[in-house]
Order: sequence, then C-alpha cells, then structure tokens
Amino acid sequence: MLQIITGAISLGLLWAIMTIGVYITYRILNIADLTVEGSITMGAAIAAKALTGGVNPYLAIILAFFGGMLAGLFTGILHTKLKIPALLSGILTMIALYSVNLRIMGTSNLSLIRAETVYMPFQAMGLNQNNAAIVVGLICVSILVAILYWFFGTEIGSVIRATGNNPHMVRAQGVNTDLTIVIGLVLSNGLVAVSGGLIAQSQRFADIQMGTGSIVIGLASVIIGEVLFSRNGFLSKLISLVLGAVIYRVIIAFVLKLGMPANDLKLFTAITVAIALALPIFKEYLQTLKKSSMGVD
Amino acid sequence: MLIVNGLYKTFNSGTCNQKEALINTSIHVRQGDFISIIGGNGAGKSTLLNCIAGVYPIDRGSIVIENTDVTNLPEHKRATVLGRVFQDPMMGTASNMGIEENLALAYRRGKKRGLSWGISNKERSLYKEQLKTLGLGLEERMTTKVGLLSNGQRQALTLLMATLKKPKLLLLDEHTAALDPKTAKKVLEITDQIIKEHNLTAMMVTHNMRDAIKHGNRLIMMHEGQIILDINGEDKKKLTVEALLDRFGKVSGEEFANDRALLS
Ligand SMILES: Nc1ncnc2c1ncn2[C@@H]1O[C@H](COP(=O)(O)OP(=O)(O)OP(=O)(O)O)[C@@H](O)[C@H]1O
Ligand SMILES: [Mg+2]
Repeated sequence: MLQIITGAISLGLLWAIMTIGVYITYRILNIADLTVEGSITMGAAIAAKALTGGVNPYLAIILAFFGGMLAGLFTGILHTKLKIPALLSGILTMIALYSVNLRIMGTSNLSLIRAETVYMPFQAMGLNQNNAAIVVGLICVSILVAILYWFFGTEIGSVIRATGNNPHMVRAQGVNTDLTIVIGLVLSNGLVAVSGGLIAQSQRFADIQMGTGSIVIGLASVIIGEVLFSRNGFLSKLISLVLGAVIYRVIIAFVLKLGMPANDLKLFTAITVAIALALPIFKEYLQTLKKSSMGVD
Repeated sequence: MLIVNGLYKTFNSGTCNQKEALINTSIHVRQGDFISIIGGNGAGKSTLLNCIAGVYPIDRGSIVIENTDVTNLPEHKRATVLGRVFQDPMMGTASNMGIEENLALAYRRGKKRGLSWGISNKERSLYKEQLKTLGLGLEERMTTKVGLLSNGQRQALTLLMATLKKPKLLLLDEHTAALDPKTAKKVLEITDQIIKEHNLTAMMVTHNMRDAIKHGNRLIMMHEGQIILDINGEDKKKLTVEALLDRFGKVSGEEFANDRALLS
C-alpha cells in the first residue's frame, strides 16, 4: 500500500513538470497545444538515446530540454508565421515528432536497464527507487517553480501573461505577440520534454507510445490543482499545479487498486477531464433551473 | 505630423462581400490638432484609424508619422508612437492582471523589455499619482484585477495607459460609446484634460455630433470611405448640429444615416 502511494507521488512529481508546461500554454497563452504529446516522448527518446550512448544523465535531461524547445519553436512558427491555427499547428508537430522520435531512438522501445540515471546517486545513499524519484522530483519542481515565479514577474514574462489575456492590448503596447507566443510555446515544450526525460530514466525505458494521451493527463492535473487549491497569486497557482499532478496519480493508483483494468485508464481520464471542463456549464444550467423554478410562482 | 496620402482599403476583395472601406482618403494632421471624426455607420472611420495603427495592411497609399514612413511597419512597431483607446472597454486592458500591472505594461511602450522585474516601487508611486488625476478612486485599488472594474473605469484606465508614455498621436475610436451618458461625459472630460495637459495630437471618432462639435479644434466628417468635410478654426467654433446636418446633406446628397448620432 505504502509503495503504491510513494510510487504515485514520485510519478506525480515527475509529471508535475509536464503539467506546468501544459499550464503555460493552456492557461497563460490560452492555447491548447497538442505538441506536448510528441515533445514528452521526444524528451524521453533524447534522454534514452543519450544514456545508452554513455552521456551523463543530467546532460541527457538538458539535451531533452533543448529538443523540446525546438519542437515548441516549430509549432510556434507554424502558428505565428504561417498562420495555421494553434490546435492544428500542434497536431502537425505532434505527428511529425512521431517519425522524428522513432529516428532518434532507432526503435520503438529503448531499454535503459543498464544505464546510469539521475536517481542513482540518491539510491546509493540508501533510498529505494520510489523515494529517490520523489527526492529528484521535489528538487526539480522546487527549482522550476522558483525560476518560473521569477520569470513570469519580469518584463518579458508579464507581456507573455498579457498576450494570452488580450493580444490586442499587448500589440497596442508595442509588443510583437508572435514573439511572445513563440517564447511561451518554446518554454512549455522544453519543460514537457524534461519531464519525459526524467520519466524515461525513472521507468528505465523510453517508448514511442508514451506521449499518447499525455495532454489529457496534463489538463486533468491542471484542473484538479485549480479546483482543489484555487487561490490568487502566481506562486500558489504553480504549487497547486504540482499538487494537482500528484493527486491525479494517487487517484489513478487507487482506481487501479480497486480493480479497474489498466486499459480503461485513458477512457476514465478523458471522461474525468470532460466533466471537469464542463463544470461551469453545469453550474450555469443549475442556476437557470433554480431561477426558472422560482419565477413560476 | 501625420500625413495620410491616397489611402485605399478594400475588405474581402474579390468576393461577393467586397467592401471598399476607404477610397483615396488623404488627411494632413498638424502638430497639436485635436480632430473629432463623425460619419454614418460604415463610413470608414474605424478603418481609417485602424489603418493608421497598422491593424491591417492597406491596398494603396502611404502613411507618414513625423517624417517616418510607417506604411509597411507592423502594428506593434507603430504602437511605440501611438496611444490607442478602443470602443470595446475589454480591448484596451488585460483583465486578468492588476491595475498597476497594466500600467507597467503601458509604461514600457517603446522600450526594450528584458528580464528585470516587471514593475518597480518607484513606478508604483508615479501610477498612484496619475490615477489620482482621474478622480475615480482607482489609486486605492492598485492591485485590483482590471476585470473587476466598470466599463467607465476601464476606459479611463486605458486612456491613462495610452498617454502614460506621451504618444505622438492619440487615436480614440468611439471610446465612450459603450458607456452610460454620465460616465461617457466623465471620460470625455478626462480625455480633454489629458490632451490639454500633455499637449497631445489626437483623433477622436464619436457618434455624438454635439461632442464632436464641443471637443477639439477640427472636425472631419466621413462618408462612404471618403472625407467629405474638414472644418477648422473659427468655422469649427461656430458649428451647430443643424448646420452640420445641412452641410452633410449638401455634400453627400443624402440624409445623415447614423441612428445613434441623431438620437443623442
Ligand atoms: N475587418 C473587416 N472585415 C470586413 N469588412 C470590414 C472590416 N472592418 C470594416 N469592414 C467594413 O468596412 C466598412 C467601413 O467600416 P468601419 O468600421 O470603418 O465603419 P465606421 O465608420 O467605423 O462605422 P461605425 O460608426 O459603425 O463604427 C463597413 O462596411 C464594414 O462592414
Ligand atoms: Mg467604427
């Protein structure tokens, strides 16, 4: 039991980095970016290929970061320069990345059983695999939250936030919104790829399918975080995302434990997210029901 | 100051919805001019202002602001010398962000933005002072999200943002049209005050003939994509609504067709 929970927490922390990436596009830029499905796999693929080639595991994560940023840049150019709608731009990059990732790995599944990973130094200190992943996850997430809190408070960060809110106003203030959108996409996908690299090192393999449905997992985590811990202030928002990602994994661990077949997981997640996204509509509907029933007498 | 020469703009060119919004429009705006612009619905007033601001490309003609040809400059580059307030109060501000954050974005118009903090304490006191001049009590709510403000408050704030860094040209497109009469009056007063105080050059579209006559030193009337009246100086001061309608009828051979203008 304890192992299930620590396993879920460690996975949640690694996915939290991806969740923060999704938050940057979905909430800050107001774009549903499907690139992430490809860039998370890309991060895993790059890290795995690097590790099997004997590259330092930390360096492998940095390489993954750059790979993800490149993917984001590609989507950004499709969207801002070629004026392809954001959703479609993301899908195009995602599809393209499928081939790219296969080329990077040279196979559809790359094992890392014998490779050195970022978790090993902590395991050498006596931590078991899950706890080592929790420690690494916590360190990464803390650094990331601190950097992003700083970044989105800077002049550049502020205009990126404003771009998702009101691009008209941002252009009227002399800022090139094409550029701010591209920066956001690059940053987001870089983080998603880092997450993929860490996950691959933790599960000790990279698989071409591992990104499938990841956008929905990211959205589910964002929404859970917002619903359960919604507060004002950017810092608490970032922290709520991390908690959302962890809680999502704990929930999944429990429904699996309760006997739901693993194959139904994606269906379950998709339905949960659909319901969560529709909550405002349900609320509105209930309110009009209430009003109309009061209006009768 | 601003020279617009032979501007043509056609929307949906080559389709059945083709619309010639501007036809050979030229205007020379002098330094310190405060021009009110009136005209019927679809006359091309917004299109003229949007073309000056670079919101969309033009078909023909040229736009020169203080000896710089901006005809081919993108919107965000022209924005460095322009201040703009829109008809829709939602357009001019970022609603998820605080009042001071919005002002800080505007304060950096025309400057390179880097990795220094988005707002400094020194700025905060400047913003507080400037907000006080609006007389709306906003200086007490610096961190309030702009989305929580009323339309009138938002327009006043947008006006302040547009002029925080003195623009070479202030473009106001029916910026009081979405407000109730009392608030509209207040925002117009603030507009006058800011334009006088900073000695700004401004173009203001309005659907209210009385406002157009009362404000500014010059009045332009547009009709079917062209400027059909341009009234200056003493003539402008002596204008009445009746005289204006009369002159419109003579020039265009039609009745003035803007419901809102006649009702107000
Ligand atoms: N983005 C656009 N796409 C297509 N047609 C447009 C666009 N903008 C304006 N038009 C058309 O161009 C013509 C001029 O419009 P414009 O908005 O400049 O009028 P206006 O003088 O501002 O009128 P109003 O008083 O109603 O605001 C209209 O026929 C309008 O339908
Ligand atoms: Mg208009």
